[in-house]
Amino acid sequence: MTNRIGMEVSLMVSEAVKLANVDVIAAYPITPQTHIVEHLSELVADGELDAEYICVESEHSAMSACAGSSAAGARTYTATASQGLQLMSEILYAVAPMRLPVVMTVANRTVSAPLTIWNDHSDIMANRDCGWIMIFVENGQEDFDQTICAFRIAEDRRVLLPVIVNMDGFILSHVIEPFEPVDQKTVDSFLPPFDPIYTMHPDRPVTMGAFTMPEIFTETKMAHDVALRESEAVIKEVWEEWGKLTGRHYTAVEEYMTDDAATVFVTIGSFSELGMEVVDAMRQKGVKVGLVKIRLFRPFPTEDILSALTKFKNVLVIERFLALGGVCGPLAEQIKAAMYKLKDTPNIVDFVCGLSGRDVPPEEFFGMYETAINAIKDGTVKEFYLWGVRE
Amino acid sequence: MIDRYRVYAPNLTNQKENFAEGHRACQGCAEALAVRHVLKALGDDIVIANATGCMEIVSSPLPLTSWNVPWIHVAFENAAAVASGMNAGLKALMRKGRIPKKRIISVGMAGDGGTSDIGLQALSGALERQHKDFMYVCFDNEAYMNTGIQRSSSTPFGAATTTSPSGSKSIGQATWKKNMSRIAAAHNIPYVATACSSYPFDLQEKVKKAVALGGPSYIHVLSVCPTGWRIPSHLAIKYGRLAVATGVFPLYEVVHGKYRMTAHIDEKSEKRRPVVDYMKGQGRYRHLSEEHIEEIQKRVDKEYEELVKLTEL
Ligand SMILES: Cc1ncc(C[n+]2csc(CCOP(=O)(O)OP(=O)(O)O)c2C)c(N)n1
Ligand code: SF4
Repeated sequence: MTNRIGMEVSLMVSEAVKLANVDVIAAYPITPQTHIVEHLSELVADGELDAEYICVESEHSAMSACAGSSAAGARTYTATASQGLQLMSEILYAVAPMRLPVVMTVANRTVSAPLTIWNDHSDIMANRDCGWIMIFVENGQEDFDQTICAFRIAEDRRVLLPVIVNMDGFILSHVIEPFEPVDQKTVDSFLPPFDPIYTMHPDRPVTMGAFTMPEIFTETKMAHDVALRESEAVIKEVWEEWGKLTGRHYTAVEEYMTDDAATVFVTIGSFSELGMEVVDAMRQKGVKVGLVKIRLFRPFPTEDILSALTKFKNVLVIERFLALGGVCGPLAEQIKAAMYKLKDTPNIVDFVCGLSGRDVPPEEFFGMYETAINAIKDGTVKEFYLWGVRE
Repeated sequence: MIDRYRVYAPNLTNQKENFAEGHRACQGCAEALAVRHVLKALGDDIVIANATGCMEIVSSPLPLTSWNVPWIHVAFENAAAVASGMNAGLKALMRKGRIPKKRIISVGMAGDGGTSDIGLQALSGALERQHKDFMYVCFDNEAYMNTGIQRSSSTPFGAATTTSPSGSKSIGQATWKKNMSRIAAAHNIPYVATACSSYPFDLQEKVKKAVALGGPSYIHVLSVCPTGWRIPSHLAIKYGRLAVATGVFPLYEVVHGKYRMTAHIDEKSEKRRPVVDYMKGQGRYRHLSEEHIEEIQKRVDKEYEELVKLTEL
């Protein structure tokens, strides 16, 4: 289990899906997730993975077919990005309250216009409240691990909700990284076959996706919301078990070099690895910074975030989504909202950067740090900074 | 035209109602009747994906349901895709031995809007993929009835709807009805048929044939909607028959590409009735002039002859 090999991260995801022994894959190609579904179709074609692969004619149908196959009781997977996720959007909102545990990888990519294929989080943030569990990964190993965990979380009878594993397009999806695979026996012991409560089968007919009246709609939404919130405990339980099994431990919110830090960066996705390097470099120069990384985005781990962030004087949020016409980015917005009821809150400074995959080298973090600290000193902190705009 | 089996009716029909009474369709709704006939012919070993539309709304007000068979509704335009997902899911589970092997037909159903407009892409994709044990039924009431009688591409030329109203500068629907069955047949699938709930045994026979041929199959059922067509609710069956008898809605099937009339009306045996017989009395055609009806008659004749030629190929 400890042999480290190099592999493209997209292929790692496909290997995880194979180890999860999925029954149905329905997918439509879109950059930068294509390598995942291409590799999966090869695995099916070679008989290495016994699954039905439906080559649908659009992402809308991909998610619709996933709904059907999951309702039939089959373990179901798909992957998409950007425009594809937007086209699926309607069905995302149907799959979650129907409690269909579909697992999907989103290789995050900007939503056009202007057309661009590179990375930011505009695709997923546009769908952040669709009722799916949402996890963000920072590297290939984590992507592999979280893909397997996602099936286990989704199909847990206390959860029964679909899961999106987000990875940054290209920045993560297309790089070759070292990783430690897990053998089939380990995965089998961790991930039993999907054992649904209700299925589409003539031996026991059920009606799914009924129409509701105002008298009962609110209650159905509450049930969904409760299930999503309560999934947090199960997610942590699953991660703990995975940690024991593999030695790789995951938490909803992770801290790096925060013990004596006055200022922390808050990151999500692949910014986290970069951020850690920045922290190391800054500390060498004697600046006491740390990093808090958010892995679980839905359900939002409010308690964990509060207990992590309230310890610091300054919180610098680094995120990849511009909320057009809004107050600030969604990550900062959620953090600010979570802290509203507290008496003493840290200074929160929001930086929106790296849109459409624009490079954010470590120096930029230094710049953001400086800008934030100066603005805090002068009392001129803006709601957010769109970082790196060329004049 | 006489329905061949009238006398033996009770013996020939599945007595079990899988589309149960108590649904909330309007009085005289022939679309609900069509669903009932289709389900009788399908039997128990099916799973259904229903698109948004009248039949979904009237049959599934939580916590009630009219469905005695597995039934799922996800959205308006994706019944075919959801059904193909169920189809693949069941296939995989049976192959892997996780559920017992058994033949189960995945059925997609939708109205004419959910089929010929917004759902056309998903339907075309599903037919192109050639799923086995897959069937799609369009219940064509010739408009978007669920949202209040708006035009669809299946609304006939000249019909007034709430989005193709008649007026001093409009004759109502200004385009000719989209020929969905021909489009389905162009996918080279084993079975395509048109049917109408006014001919219940023909309809049931076609459904059974579609199942027997394995799929994918497509059945286009003219489903009279008294509300939208503005006719008295007790005349739904009559207007379905008139649609066939006038050649406005010919009944035929396409088996592996071969066309066959299933209720052939020709000048020699039984005379095709003039379209005016069908159009008069329907509020949606009330505004049409004699010239308009003449124009429609010509087009119906032309299409009918074309169809007859196809059957002779
Ligand atoms: C994406 C989307 N657009 C529009 C609607 C609104 N809508 C629901 S049912 C319907 C019309 C249904 O018409 P049809 O498919 O012909 O079925 P009918 O109700 O006539 O049986 C429409 C427009 C919807 N549910 N989803
Ligand atoms: S509007 Fe028409 S199709 Fe819809 S339930 Fe009423 S009669 Fe039936």
